[in-house]
Amino acid sequence: MDPIRESLLKKSRQSKVERLGKLVSFCCITLIVLIVLAIFYFVASRGLATFFHDKVNLIDFLTKDVWNPSVKDARGLPEVGALPMIVGSFLVTILSALVATPFAVGGAIFMTEISPRRGMQILKPVTELLVGIPSVVYGFIGLSVVVPFVRGIFGGTGFGILAGTFVLFVMILPTVTSMSVDALQAVPRYYREASLALGATRWQTIYKVVLRSATPGILTAIVFGMARAFGEALAVQMVIGNAALMPHNLVSPASTLTSVLTMGIGNTIMGSLQNNVLWSLALLLLLMSLVFNLLIRFIGRKGALKK
Amino acid sequence: MKKKILTAAALLISLVGLTACQKQSSGESITAVGSSALQPLVEAAGEQYSNDHLGKFINVQGGGSGTGLSQIQAGAVDIGNSDVHAEEQNGVDAKKLVDHRVAVVGITPVVNKKVGVTNLSFAQLKAIFTGQVTNWQQLGGADLPIVLVNRAAGSGTRVTFEKWVLQGSQAKQAQEQDSTGMVRQIVAATPGAISYLAFSYVDKSIAAVKINHVAPTDENVLTNKWKIWSYEHMYTKGKPTGLTKDFIAYVLSPKIQEKVLPRLGYISISQMKVERDVSGHVTRRS
Repeated sequence: MDPIRESLLKKSRQSKVERLGKLVSFCCITLIVLIVLAIFYFVASRGLATFFHDKVNLIDFLTKDVWNPSVKDARGLPEVGALPMIVGSFLVTILSALVATPFAVGGAIFMTEISPRRGMQILKPVTELLVGIPSVVYGFIGLSVVVPFVRGIFGGTGFGILAGTFVLFVMILPTVTSMSVDALQAVPRYYREASLALGATRWQTIYKVVLRSATPGILTAIVFGMARAFGEALAVQMVIGNAALMPHNLVSPASTLTSVLTMGIGNTIMGSLQNNVLWSLALLLLLMSLVFNLLIRFIGRKGALKK
Repeated sequence: MKKKILTAAALLISLVGLTACQKQSSGESITAVGSSALQPLVEAAGEQYSNDHLGKFINVQGGGSGTGLSQIQAGAVDIGNSDVHAEEQNGVDAKKLVDHRVAVVGITPVVNKKVGVTNLSFAQLKAIFTGQVTNWQQLGGADLPIVLVNRAAGSGTRVTFEKWVLQGSQAKQAQEQDSTGMVRQIVAATPGAISYLAFSYVDKSIAAVKINHVAPTDENVLTNKWKIWSYEHMYTKGKPTGLTKDFIAYVLSPKIQEKVLPRLGYISISQMKVERDVSGHVTRRS
């Protein structure tokens, strides 16, 4: 046969490699999707058992503030009001994001607009280093430095929302900062040039042009930070005091969804109500992280439309 | 590209090979899971057992009493370690499990040193932990608010303490800590704090409290003069056999009971002068 014809008809090595590559990547993505689905199914089946099997009222679960799964109340229903944990989780998340945002945006502006060379040389490695520190180290520092500090100034035990906020602030700061830097760097150069050419000062350019056009990116960064704060378990558990009580001030012991989960899971029996309600809390966490993800997508899409 | 795939495949195969090898060479092994309070003892005993009996291994894992009981009930492990009686744990069918009591742990209330109280009655302790008394002055101590520090709900230490002190009343919601070490640190650092610890954790940074003028000592536990103590249980599903049986017998042997236990801060089961069942009924041991 004609050798040229043969070589054209036969599959080349490259195309085989390509098919193989497609197959491998398809397998990988299937595996990931399956794992995610399995996790969802597992958490949901356990978490929903509280409501279907143990007959806990969903509204009660979300709005009552007495958490004592092994005790029954006057009507014979277990006392599983998760409101203190829900409030605690949202409080530390929102407060830490509030504290971290000005620092993160300020740092990002310094690194991109004011002194890019020094910023990139010094600040970037520092923030990247902060990301890499394990959360147990943050928690330990929180326990041995932040808690006594809070106790010394505000009295009480020092454990509470405030200590949790401080620790989470440091933990989410690098995430928010580096994502804000990316957002600011994505602002086209000609925006700045046009603004300066129109006679705006550097501050006016930063404030009115760069920050404005980077707003969706910065918001995404903040939501990312909040998602991380919401899901953080270990460091928060070490400093928040873990009392399933409605926080009546920032220095009284409180608890978060994650801290109750990590405290309780080893002391309960699979399949019992005490265990099921913990899975319900886990389901709540999972749903919240879904909400955060949707929020990020929503912000991203809105920002993209504006351009 | 191809090289990378090849190395990955080679790695995978060698990994599978390694795990397979491990299974073959390990001979016999059992797994004990559960209570973190009992873990040091089982670990130490397991290590000695492996030294004495080559080729036999005891894997010890923590995870909490609840984990130990649920794993042994499911038959996933060979021994479930627990600080609480299986009958006291929700969701456990105690009839299917066989209890092996291997040690005793005494638990004492501890306070911050500034509190200025060295003796309390059971009634006073109950009033403290149910929140009826809120200042140490009411108990003859310093003018400090009482700060309760609890262990996690369901932890063996807390179950035992509340069983004897609260006698069925509900504890006031207060801050909870995951580990005994953390509790000690917090009580030592927080003015007005009170909590409870196993005897072996008591040190100079905190003050142990006498109850009805009985001091928290091992001797008082042996005679049940000090009432707040608990058995450390190793549960098996059904009667133990083979290595599990040998190992439990080894833990109960004088070699471990007399040499290892006191060093680790447990009270030897063989020295106990009394026996107590799950409902708290005490009988003298002959």
